[in-house]
Amino acid sequence: MAKKLIKFVKKHFEDQVLDSHSRLGNDTVVIERDRLAEIVERLRDDEKTQMDFLRAITCVDYMHRDPRFEVVYVLYSIEFKHMLTLRVVVSEDDCKVPTISHLYGCAGWTEREVWDMYGVEFVDHPDLRRVLLYQEFEGHPLRKDYGKQDAQPRIELLSRERDSVEEFNVFVKNKPAEGSRDN
Amino acid sequence: MAEDIYEPIDQDVHTEPMILQMGPSHPATHGTVRFTLTLEGEKIIKCETEVGYLHRGFEKEVENSTWTQVFPYTDRLNYVSPLLNNFGYSLAVERLLEIDVPPRCNWIRTLMGEISRLSDHLTCTGAAALELGAMSAFLYAIEGRELVWDLIEEVTGARLTVSYGRIGGLKDDLTEGFEERWKYTKKRLFEIREEIGQLLTRNRIFLDRFQGTGVLTPDMALSYGYTGPCLRSTGVDYDVRKDHPYFMYDEVDFDVPVGSKGDNYDRYLVRMDEIVQSIRIIDQCLEKMEPGPINSDDPRVMLPEKEKVYNTIEGMISHFKIIFEGIQVPPGEVYSYTEAGNGELGYYIVSNGTGKPWKIHVRSPSLIMMGGIHKLIEGGLIADIIPTFDTVNMIGGECDK
Repeated sequence: MAKKLIKFVKKHFEDQVLDSHSRLGNDTVVIERDRLAEIVERLRDDEKTQMDFLRAITCVDYMHRDPRFEVVYVLYSIEFKHMLTLRVVVSEDDCKVPTISHLYGCAGWTEREVWDMYGVEFVDHPDLRRVLLYQEFEGHPLRKDYGKQDAQPRIELLSRERDSVEEFNVFVKNKPAEGSRDN
Repeated sequence: MAEDIYEPIDQDVHTEPMILQMGPSHPATHGTVRFTLTLEGEKIIKCETEVGYLHRGFEKEVENSTWTQVFPYTDRLNYVSPLLNNFGYSLAVERLLEIDVPPRCNWIRTLMGEISRLSDHLTCTGAAALELGAMSAFLYAIEGRELVWDLIEEVTGARLTVSYGRIGGLKDDLTEGFEERWKYTKKRLFEIREEIGQLLTRNRIFLDRFQGTGVLTPDMALSYGYTGPCLRSTGVDYDVRKDHPYFMYDEVDFDVPVGSKGDNYDRYLVRMDEIVQSIRIIDQCLEKMEPGPINSDDPRVMLPEKEKVYNTIEGMISHFKIIFEGIQVPPGEVYSYTEAGNGELGYYIVSNGTGKPWKIHVRSPSLIMMGGIHKLIEGGLIADIIPTFDTVNMIGGECDK
């Protein structure tokens, strides 16, 4: 059973597969990024695979390698109990991957986390904001060139009301709330 | 007619959705998470979740420590069941090292892991009851948790931040007289479970608050990555312990309780049933366990005996190298997963062949569940947030890493 999934991807998307291996119980396929969403959708919807569960999305920064980043998707099927790891290589200059947030609900947040920590942009993501860090944070802390002790600029909290209802209204409705000071 | 009086007023009243900030520190929720709710009357039409208030940079910190030094950090992920995090991490590194641990080690890991799960479920159930006003149920649950923590303290030496796991083994064997203490604890735990059940399971107030609130459908749960009791309450019987047995879970006999409706009440029932299953597993572990070594004899990962360290040069060098340079893990990457208290706890580990991890990614069930909690909250009332948030059992340390 082990290599069935690798074969499946190779059969249907032969020109997209860059590399594949099966080690330590993890089947891995390295693919081109352009048709990522299509491949994931096929894996999710095909009767033979039914990868209906997205375990994790993460990213690895291979500092001295070119291309530098590798975005990792771990897919699983509750029905068949098989797992496949998809890896997409991304270079530093063109740090973009198509989103799969329309395919899995949880991808929305896990992609936000990767953006937060590594600065990999997910194209067409509906709401790509930081999730664990605050929005004024500068840089992406899990990149290897971000020092462990690097300091962040001080935020002038008093210059504006960051957590105010007014700001939320502006954000959500693009208009000031009733009775807002900005009216 | 009396109603006519109000008619013109009704037409004139200008209504617009109200925005309410709930959290990050709210007296009726445990854990720091902020909901920005858009309300229509008392109905929630939109919920924006914000997490990260407890972010400690776990993943950055571990990249700068040796493989063994990661254990104390994993304790602080899900701090209600730290042993499960310890063992999950040990298992992941052992998979990368391709080493096997002795059977007794696996038995103890199974046993202590289930003890930790008991503490997780008792805390969750107790806190849920407390936040709905049932103080006595909470006190019973906490008594049970104290008993469980006493056992953990006896074996590991600490109550909360245990750091009991090691790569290739454990810190210590079980103590003498553990079985006797467990017998007492078990008896009391059954009584406590019974008492909590009598207080809550058929309590009218509790039923009204729990039944039909925070409903999760199986498809939604899968799509949003829910695992553990939350997923099982919807009827999907996915449990890593059963589907991909690790440690000694394939040698013990236990059931996976599942719900059917996926609401708060089902999640509560699943947790109550899992308490019984955990006790069953612990009993079988104690029965089937045999004396033997608890640590692997692989010199790459285990510290040499003290006698050798002090009397032979090889022993000393080996000790020095493991402590200072860390265990040398061969290059590669692995995704390893175990069943933690709240769901699937996964570690994606990348090694570049040195003593320090190149990357450790934690698939923390809480963070992923927080990404989909708006689906459970939207359409409900503000009061329903409290039981929903409790039964989802978000743990801040794990969620915010």
